[in-house]
Amino acid sequence: MSEPASPRLLERHTSAERTTHWTLALAFVLAALSGLALFHPALFWLSELFGGGPWTRILHPYVALIAVVVFLKFAADLWDDARLTPADRQWLRQMQDVIHNREDRLPEVGRYNAGQKLLFWVLFAGMLGLLLSGIVMWRSWFGLYFSVGLIRVASLVHAVCAFVLVCGIIVHVYSAFWIKGSIEGMVRGTVTAGWAWKHHRAWFRQVTHDAHPRTRPN
Amino acid sequence: MALQSLDIVRRSATTTPSPDVRRSYAGTVAKLIDTSKCIGCKACQVACMEWNDLRDEVGSNLGGYQNPADLSDQSWTLMRFAEYENPKGDLEWLIRKDGCMHCADPGCLKACPAPGAIVQYSNGIVDFQEENCIGCGYCVTGCPFNIPRISKRDHKAYKCTLCSDRVAVGLEPACIKACPTGALVFGTKEDMQLHAAERVEDLKSRGFENAGLYDPPGVGGTHVMYVLHHADQPELYAGLAPDPHISLLVRAWKGKTKPLALAVMALTALTAFFHFVRVGRDEVDAADEAAAAAAEKQS
Repeated sequence: MSEPASPRLLERHTSAERTTHWTLALAFVLAALSGLALFHPALFWLSELFGGGPWTRILHPYVALIAVVVFLKFAADLWDDARLTPADRQWLRQMQDVIHNREDRLPEVGRYNAGQKLLFWVLFAGMLGLLLSGIVMWRSWFGLYFSVGLIRVASLVHAVCAFVLVCGIIVHVYSAFWIKGSIEGMVRGTVTAGWAWKHHRAWFRQVTHDAHPRTRPN
Repeated sequence: MALQSLDIVRRSATTTPSPDVRRSYAGTVAKLIDTSKCIGCKACQVACMEWNDLRDEVGSNLGGYQNPADLSDQSWTLMRFAEYENPKGDLEWLIRKDGCMHCADPGCLKACPAPGAIVQYSNGIVDFQEENCIGCGYCVTGCPFNIPRISKRDHKAYKCTLCSDRVAVGLEPACIKACPTGALVFGTKEDMQLHAAERVEDLKSRGFENAGLYDPPGVGGTHVMYVLHHADQPELYAGLAPDPHISLLVRAWKGKTKPLALAVMALTALTAFFHFVRVGRDEVDAADEAAAAAAEKQS
């Protein structure tokens, strides 16, 4: 019996899912960079990426709106997979094992682990907060509709949500790099069977047992 | 800066100190608006338009003397007319020249995210530098007096400059120059406080026992001050804020929380980097692939 030359590949994300993810990622990064330019003077230089201060102010809400709309599509796709289960709670309690790559001690993980699910809910709440507060702050369109008191609340909420989201996305980006093979999963759409076995074993069992497995031959 | 009176002591969205060697030892400037002497002629409004080359829309009559209806990018000062029936049953016509108060602790400057779009001169004047303005409207959010207006034409913020250009060359603001009754006076803040004290004394002797100077400490004092007959009820004067201060929300939004949040973001990235250095990437090896293949064969 000889080992196959290269490991068998499983489809992790369809081309449609990848398109949604990367559209969201692009829009989010642009919205975040333009927002951070106005977040603190130390980052105002980021406004140069968008053609200066006024252009940053003009573009930020539109780019952010694209991110929100794409996120809605994204959220609709992920909604069912993002529910936290008792196993997820156990997974979260063993954060030390997660951090130190001791996956053998963790409960079996389905399509997404508890960290990914939490990120999803943080993104969901954050995006909602940013959308609602952003509308209140958007003077070119809505300047006359809201009281200054509400605009002050919105400004604070907007900054807090943005802060939480940026921290969440930093963790997300690092995690994709940390769990080697994940980036390929979102770029090429496939992961190796070993990757699925190691990191998402319940999902591995599901797709390999499935009558219509989302698998792809080598 | 060549002009001493235009030395900048505070600059929006700037974290390093402004040039600070020269100080205004002669004191800061202030405009004193004596509401008890104002006859509502609007000469100040006209002078403001003239000097600053502003022309507001003629607008329509809203049933009162107030015109235009509100401050705008074209109207940096406005006589606000209020009719007040005092406890004796007499009607008092309270007229207040509204406009930027030039706070010592300006909420607009605190809120502004654009470096150098709002500056505070050593003489106390708070000025907008429209060429640096990005039009976000945060100054409106930060202002405790509802003064700045964003122009619909160029999306920049405008307000009274206290004629910083005139003051810089030793002239008084245009509105002061035009006032026919001496309701508007201009000088050092100290002189204006002394003058106000005399006016308050005079008003008290005439039966306005609550007369006083409006120089609200909540914003560190202002460089536009009022003499009010009813200093105990500033809100009678078309809603003048009784105790203005920069909103706590604005302080929470623009205060120490911002650098702190920035530090936490940087720390998150740094933690990730050191996780990589200390723990390293979680990699799949041949044993995992073999286990996966075996598991699949079994099923």
